[in-house]
Amino acid sequence: MSAEQNQIAGDLATASVEARRSDFPILFQDVNGQPLTYLDSAASSQRPLPVIEAVEHYEKHDHANVHRGVHTLSHRATEAYEGAREKVRRFINAAGTSEIVFTRGTTEAINLVASSWAAENVGAGDEILITWLEHHANIVPWQLLCERTGAVLRVAPIDDAGAVDLEALKALIGERTKLIAFSHTSNALGTITPAREIIALARERGIVTLVDGAQAVPHGPVDVQELGCDFFAFSGHKMYAPTGIGVLWGREALLEEMPPWQGGGDMILTVSFEGSTWNELPYKFEAGTPNISGAVGLGAAVDYLADIGPVEIARYETELLAYLNQQLATVEGLRIIGTAPHKVGVVSFMLDDIHPHDLGTILDQLGVAIRTGHHCAMPVMERYGLPGTARASLGLYNNREDVDRLVAALGRAKEIFGG
Amino acid sequence: MAESSTGQLRELYRELILDHARRPRHFGRPERYTHEAQGINPLCGDKLHLYFRVEDGEVRDAAFEGSGCAISMASASLLTETVAGHSEAEALDAADGIQAMLRGEDAGAGLGKLEALAGVRDFPSRVKCASLAWHALRAALTRQQGKVSTES
Repeated sequence: MSAEQNQIAGDLATASVEARRSDFPILFQDVNGQPLTYLDSAASSQRPLPVIEAVEHYEKHDHANVHRGVHTLSHRATEAYEGAREKVRRFINAAGTSEIVFTRGTTEAINLVASSWAAENVGAGDEILITWLEHHANIVPWQLLCERTGAVLRVAPIDDAGAVDLEALKALIGERTKLIAFSHTSNALGTITPAREIIALARERGIVTLVDGAQAVPHGPVDVQELGCDFFAFSGHKMYAPTGIGVLWGREALLEEMPPWQGGGDMILTVSFEGSTWNELPYKFEAGTPNISGAVGLGAAVDYLADIGPVEIARYETELLAYLNQQLATVEGLRIIGTAPHKVGVVSFMLDDIHPHDLGTILDQLGVAIRTGHHCAMPVMERYGLPGTARASLGLYNNREDVDRLVAALGRAKEIFGG
Repeated sequence: MAESSTGQLRELYRELILDHARRPRHFGRPERYTHEAQGINPLCGDKLHLYFRVEDGEVRDAAFEGSGCAISMASASLLTETVAGHSEAEALDAADGIQAMLRGEDAGAGLGKLEALAGVRDFPSRVKCASLAWHALRAALTRQQGKVSTES
């Protein structure tokens, strides 16, 4: 394509993504007397009408328990639930639906691996390697594992810009490293980590990898086979689906060897008091009646994202992030925390010496919703010697007007604090 | 800009609050103290450590150190100013009075300077910030020394 054609393609993508804002009814309301400016999608994104309607349709017409009844509604619920699994499979390009385990979210997915896979693969003296960027969900399950087994948790440092120090990470890989678990994208700083490089380092040495993809999936295309990791975890509610539903993708060969982690209905083949046998994948890991309507919503969100196109979303958000950075640079006394070269639309910052919590309150009064605090990533905050930051994060529904409102509200905060 | 929003913000961040947040009084760990307690607000990372010198049932000195938002710092600073020279019972009464005001049960009329914190009651998510120091005061003076958390 010529530069001109590229420009036209880019403009069309921008227009097609921008038009999607009207799919999100929650955005069209006043909060504290001001139009809502929602810049907290990294904490939880909003839902478009197709997702809301899919869940509503399921609740009104199709609900029954799955995999159990012979009656029509049970059949429809099963179709809806398993249909969602197939949609998710396609979305991340997994080899089969047997590799798609529905969980409550990323946190549960990581805990599943820390409980089941690790039980047979990690012992005293073995090492788990993570990075300094991790969300608590990718720290604490490993700490608990280490306490149980005597394994050791190693942490690869980040540089001042908030990028993973790949050389230091490499140096931390040892004979006893069993797993490298890392986030694809930092929720606190927006850094995109060098996932391919880290996975390549692990694979050369036969080390298993787990990617926390919670912040990656909403912002661009994901192909787990191309990525080459062994486990990939993400949450529905960060990608325009309901809360309480998420996914663990794992390589079939690994999942096959892993023991169940929770016992109950659906995960068994036979039960007798002498012992039970386990159901096939992925049901072995889905004990109890699952979050069926959540899965239906997730399936609808996947369709929605596929319809817009993950590449177009990434392009649109990258442009908007550039505008956000450019506008924030005009605010005197504003310091961005996390300036890695590769980032998604997540910007942590400090304004003068205003505490992030005060900033959050002032912005909220002006209709602007941002996250303030440690973002469930206390070690990252400690790395910068901060109690927390203010964080603005973008979704596909945000636009330049949102950015302008944020910047205007920051100006008001400076006035109130006499800056 | 909606007037009501701005007005409420001005109520929350009164000059006295901002002044105490910028220049906290009695800041730092004193050489001599008889009672102490830490207050932690895990949701926003506010951490305060309060110190009191109590003799013959009277709070002679109060001081604090730590970090937090403007509301929690100002509240702690105001605390150190107002309880010194009062009996332990009066300090605990002031803590009760502050809590009642922040819960909206009382206008805070008898609280003097502390009435400056009244604007916080319109911001439910910030009430914990204002009450943190007073939780710590209660812990220190009733000898439940150690850490108190807004989440317990």
